[in-house]
Amino acid sequence: MPNNKITGAEALMRSLENEGVTTLFGYPGGAIMPSYDALYDHRSTLNHILVRHEQGAVHAAQGYARVSGKVGCAIVTSGPGAMNTVTGVADAMIDSTPLVVICGQVGAAFLGTDAFQEVDVIGVTQPITKWNFQIRRAEDVAWAVSRAFYIAKSGRPGPVVLDFTKNAQTSLVDYEPKRVDFIRSYLPVPQIDETAIKTAAKMINHSERPFMLVGQGVELGDARKELRELIEKANIPVGCTMLGLSALPSDHPLNKGMLGMHGNLGPNVLTNQCDLLIAVGMRFDDRVTGNINTYARQAKVIHFEIDPSEVNKNVHADLAVLGDCKQTLAEVIKYVQPADNSLWISRFTPYEQQENEKVIEPAIHPAEGPLLMGEVVRRVSELTENKAILVTDVGQNQLFGCRYFKFTEGRSVLTSGGCGTMGFGLPAAIGATFGAPERTVCLFVGDGGLQMTIQELGTIMEQHTPVKIILLNNNYLGNVRQWQYLFFHKRYSFTPMLNPDYEKIADGYGIKARTVVERKDLDDAINEMLQTDGPFLLQCAVMEEDNVLPMTPPGANVDEMMLEIK
Amino acid sequence: MTLYTIITYSENFAGILNQITAVFTRRQVNIESLNVCSSSTPGVHKYTITCYCTEEMVKIITKQIEKRIDVLQARYYTADQIFIQEVALFKLSTPSLVEESAISRTIRQHSAKIVEVNETYSIVTLTGLPEDIDSLYVSLDSFGCVLQFVRCGAIAVTKNRRELLDEYLETLGVNH
Repeated sequence: MPNNKITGAEALMRSLENEGVTTLFGYPGGAIMPSYDALYDHRSTLNHILVRHEQGAVHAAQGYARVSGKVGCAIVTSGPGAMNTVTGVADAMIDSTPLVVICGQVGAAFLGTDAFQEVDVIGVTQPITKWNFQIRRAEDVAWAVSRAFYIAKSGRPGPVVLDFTKNAQTSLVDYEPKRVDFIRSYLPVPQIDETAIKTAAKMINHSERPFMLVGQGVELGDARKELRELIEKANIPVGCTMLGLSALPSDHPLNKGMLGMHGNLGPNVLTNQCDLLIAVGMRFDDRVTGNINTYARQAKVIHFEIDPSEVNKNVHADLAVLGDCKQTLAEVIKYVQPADNSLWISRFTPYEQQENEKVIEPAIHPAEGPLLMGEVVRRVSELTENKAILVTDVGQNQLFGCRYFKFTEGRSVLTSGGCGTMGFGLPAAIGATFGAPERTVCLFVGDGGLQMTIQELGTIMEQHTPVKIILLNNNYLGNVRQWQYLFFHKRYSFTPMLNPDYEKIADGYGIKARTVVERKDLDDAINEMLQTDGPFLLQCAVMEEDNVLPMTPPGANVDEMMLEIK
Repeated sequence: MTLYTIITYSENFAGILNQITAVFTRRQVNIESLNVCSSSTPGVHKYTITCYCTEEMVKIITKQIEKRIDVLQARYYTADQIFIQEVALFKLSTPSLVEESAISRTIRQHSAKIVEVNETYSIVTLTGLPEDIDSLYVSLDSFGCVLQFVRCGAIAVTKNRRELLDEYLETLGVNH
C-alpha cells in the first residue's frame, strides 16, 4: 500500500494554497522550522517575504490585505516571534483587517512546562483576535486553516491566530483538503430586515437635513457604487472617517470631507445641526464623536452595520439596519425618493470657505517660511494625479496625510486608525506594494515612527519593493509635542529627537534618497521619486513646530473646532 | 442596577469561558455567580451568569459574548423571566446543633435538609432562591455554629416553553 501521508507542515502549505494564498510575510525560528522546511518546496506558489522583525510581518500582511481585499498572511515562530506580532494583531482587530497569523509553538508534550520559547499565545491573543486556535494534531491542520480563513474574511473581517505546535508540524497525516463555509455558532452577516430597510428609506425621505457618516465598512463591503447611488439619488452630504476616506472620490460634490478631531470643519460642525445622521459601516470612535454627551443629540440616528455589537455601543441608534451594506444600501435605494437638499448642502459652504482661508491655503500654499507637511502631502497627491495609495504612519504625518491627500480610487487609505500604531507605516507600505503591484504606494512617515520599524528598509532592499517613502522630518515627536504645546504648558517632555543621517541610512540599504529643504526643489524631488524605478526615500525638512489644524480638543464637543492656536 | 442573569450556550471548546469572562472584565462588571455545565444538547455547554448592571450594559455585554465565534447564543433575563435556584452547603458544629434546639427549628423552617451527622459536624443543604440561602446563612450564623459555608452559582431555566437554543438550531437545520 503506497504511503500517502504527509507532515502537518506540508499540510499547512497545501492548505494555504487551497485558500488561494500567494504571498506571505514571515520570519523563521525554532518552533516553526518544520513549516519553513515545507515552505522551501512551495516557493514557486507561495511567495514568502522575509521581513526583518515579526511586527513588520503582520503590518505588511495588513497592508497587503487592506489594499487587495484578500486575507493577509504572516508566519512566525513561537514565544518572542509570536509576541512581536501582538501589536499588529491588535491593530488588525480594531481596524477590521482580515489576517491569518501562523505562529510556531513548542511540542504539545511541552505545553505548560515553561519550555524554551513557550508563551501562552492563545491566552495572550484571545482578546485581540476574532478567533484563535491551537493546532496540536496534524489531523486538524486542514480544518483549522480553512476555518481561520473563513472567519478572517467573512462578515466583519478580523485577525485569526493559529498556534501550531511543533509535533503537529512534524507528525504524519492523510491530507484531505477541507472547505469550511459554515459555522453553526457564527452568523457572519445578519439577515436583512425588510421593515428596517423601509423605515430607513422613510426616515431619509422625511428628513430635511440628512447627513451621512461613511466608514471603512463601505470599502470592506465593496459598496462604493451603492453608496454613491444612494447619496446622489437622495442628495445626502457625506463625511468620511479616516479609514473611509477613499470610499467616495474626494472631489465628489457630496463629499464634505473628513470627520473627527482633525477632520474638516463643515462635517464636524453640521453633525450637530443635521436632523438625520446616517452612519454606514463606522463605529462612532471617540476621535470622531468628541464629547459623546453632546454628539448629534438633535438628530435621529440610523446605523447601517454588519456587526450587531456595534449598534448602541457608543451612540444610540433610533434605527439599526443590520446586514452587509452592499445589500442594505442597494435595498434602501429602491425606496428613497429624489430630494433637493440644496439649501441644507449650501450650509457647508461658509465652513469650507472659512477653513480654506484660515487653515488649508496657509498649509498647502505657504508663501514663505520653512517647508510644511501639508504642502508636501498635497504636491505628492497632485503629482500622482490623486491615484496613489496613501500609507501613513501615526502622528502629524498621518493627520496631514489624511487631510491633504486626495483620492479617486477605492482602497487607497492605509493607516492605523483605531490602534494608532507608530511603526505601522513602513511595513504596511511594503505589504501594499505586493497587494496592489500595479499602483503607486506613497508612505508619509515621521522621524519618530520610521525609526520604530526602520529595519524593514532591509526588506525593501531585498525585495526591491517600490515604496515611495516621504519622510516628514521635523526633529520632534510632532503630535505629542503639539499636545504638550496645547495642554501641557509647552513642556516638551522627551519629544525633541536627535536624528541620524537618513540619506546615509538609505544609502546603506541601497535605496535612492534625496533631501528637500527649500520649497523650490520640492516638485523636482517628488518627480524624481516618482520616476525612480523601485524604492525611494524623500526626506523633507519640514517646519519643526507645525500644528495640525483644525482640532477638536479631547473631550470637547464635535462642533467646537479650533481653527487656529492663539 | 438590576440583577441580570445571562444564559449562554457555546461549543465545547477549550478557552471559551475565558473569552466570556473577559467581556465582563473589559466592561468592569463583576460576575456575581457563574455556573458552567454541559447542556441537554450534546457537545454544547451552558453558562448561567448573574451580574448587577444597567440594562444598557447588559445588552452590550450580551452582544459582545454572542459575537465570539464559538458562542451559539447569549440572552439576558431579569428575575421575573426565569426560575432561578442555588444550592448551598452548611457545615455546622454538631455540639451546637444538639445544645441549641432553635438551630434545628431554623433548619426546618427553611426546608433545608440535614444530610450528614457525626460527632463533630453536621452538613445541611438547601436548594432555593439566592435570598432563601442568604436568610438561612444569617440565621445560622447568629448562633455561631457555622463551620463552613459554600454555595454554587445560580442556575436558571427560562419561562419559555422550550430551550431557545433548540429553536435556533432548528432554524439552522432548515437553512442548511
